[in-house]
Amino acid sequence: MTPEETLQRVRQILEEEFELEPERLAPEAGLYEELGLDSLDSVDLVVALEKAFGFKVVRAHDEERIRAIRTVQDVCDFAAEKREAAGPAA
Amino acid sequence: MNRVVVTGMGAVSPYGPGLAALREGLASGRSAVRVMAPGELKTLPGLAGRLAAPLAVEPDARRIPRQQRRSMGRLAQLAWFAAAEALEQAGLEPGSEALREAGVAFGSTLGSTSSTAQAFESYAQGRLFEESPAALFFRIMSHSAAANLAQAFGIAGPCQGASAACASGALALGLGFQALRSGSLERMLCGGAEEFHPLVAASFDLIQASSHRYNDRPDQSPRPFDADRDGTVAGEGAGAFVLETESAALGRKAPILAEIEGFASNTDGAALSHSGAESLLECLRGALDSARALPDSIGYVNAHATGTVVGDEAEAQALRRLFGTQGPLISGLKGQLGHTLGASGALETVATIDMMRGEYVEPTRNLDRPDPACEGLRLARGGRIEHRFERCLKNSFAFGGINNVLVLKRYRA
Repeated sequence: MTPEETLQRVRQILEEEFELEPERLAPEAGLYEELGLDSLDSVDLVVALEKAFGFKVVRAHDEERIRAIRTVQDVCDFAAEKREAAGPAA
Repeated sequence: MNRVVVTGMGAVSPYGPGLAALREGLASGRSAVRVMAPGELKTLPGLAGRLAAPLAVEPDARRIPRQQRRSMGRLAQLAWFAAAEALEQAGLEPGSEALREAGVAFGSTLGSTSSTAQAFESYAQGRLFEESPAALFFRIMSHSAAANLAQAFGIAGPCQGASAACASGALALGLGFQALRSGSLERMLCGGAEEFHPLVAASFDLIQASSHRYNDRPDQSPRPFDADRDGTVAGEGAGAFVLETESAALGRKAPILAEIEGFASNTDGAALSHSGAESLLECLRGALDSARALPDSIGYVNAHATGTVVGDEAEAQALRRLFGTQGPLISGLKGQLGHTLGASGALETVATIDMMRGEYVEPTRNLDRPDPACEGLRLARGGRIEHRFERCLKNSFAFGGINNVLVLKRYRA
């Protein structure tokens, strides 16, 4: 999956899960202050990413990493990273 | 003691969202009951009763902001639409100081049944919960309607989930009445809501309380007080009220639609599935005492009358013993609306106050041949009856042997 494809998929998730308008979903857009997501949304976002990218988050291991996600681009980086770690079979 | 008045009402009925839809639906004389398609009852092919009264017209859920909506199951969403209409009529802005100081009492039989089913389907399949939406629990919890409404409208006072099965809506109104009358609060959002789900219909089916002989004639059932009644039909909806102390309402020049004068609640110790005439009579008398009113001052009774054989007979007997044969006009609205369960006490109170203001009574639909066991009462049937009345009763009874009666009055300063 190319970085462009990842971005496209992440945008699609944000649009569908959180009813956000596509034009607001620039890579640098802030999830919380700018797009209005909150902690409950971040839980649903992770589940949606798991399904879309075929990886599994381990709470104890990934908690810090997830908390550091602030922008749309951060989501893409996290998804790519987890997908890579899960290996090509995932 | 404070006088307690109604300054706003809202409805979501099987006819569709809004008080106007309820009023027009009842005026049309149409039944909101229909045959459920096999697919709609797919999880329960063995149901004897195939009828239900789901909403004919859906409200636009997108009107509820997403972050409020995500924690609402269907029942809390229906509650939201009824509450929004009531608050608008009362002239109360979400987030205002007047609402911040208010309380909320809102009831339903359970939390959202479809959400509970969703959670347990995933649990039963693989004991998995981690893929459930984060806010799923907030749709399931038994005070889901009350808590979601408090959040959505910025109500910061006490929050009560009034859960008493089919009497939940009336209980919520009663709790609101008591809190305002005693002076512990001056404003409350009250009501009841229910969503239709096959499992709800099944619970009536199991104890043979659901109608099953009219599966091919949906508009003929339920049949309150009729000799050929064979059980009730589950519906859904919501009814909401803004209740205020008279002084609070006058202080902000709010429109006053009616007065709640009395309330009583008791429990029949003999049976969980229905109340006997004795405890119903005691509850009716208790409500009149609470309003300091005499039986002959009552101009109309909106009966609970679900169309079950046992329940209607007990209610008729209690009303006959209280009023004799020259009592008030009596009708029940479940022939039109189906039984909207936890919503019914509130939703039918909305209709009752609307009739009191409009000076008419809607009849009991499907009451073609009154059961001899229910005779000796002035049962309103046929078409709408022009009728001006000053004071009326609203009955609401429930599984658990729970009885609730409200005394409502035309408001006079």
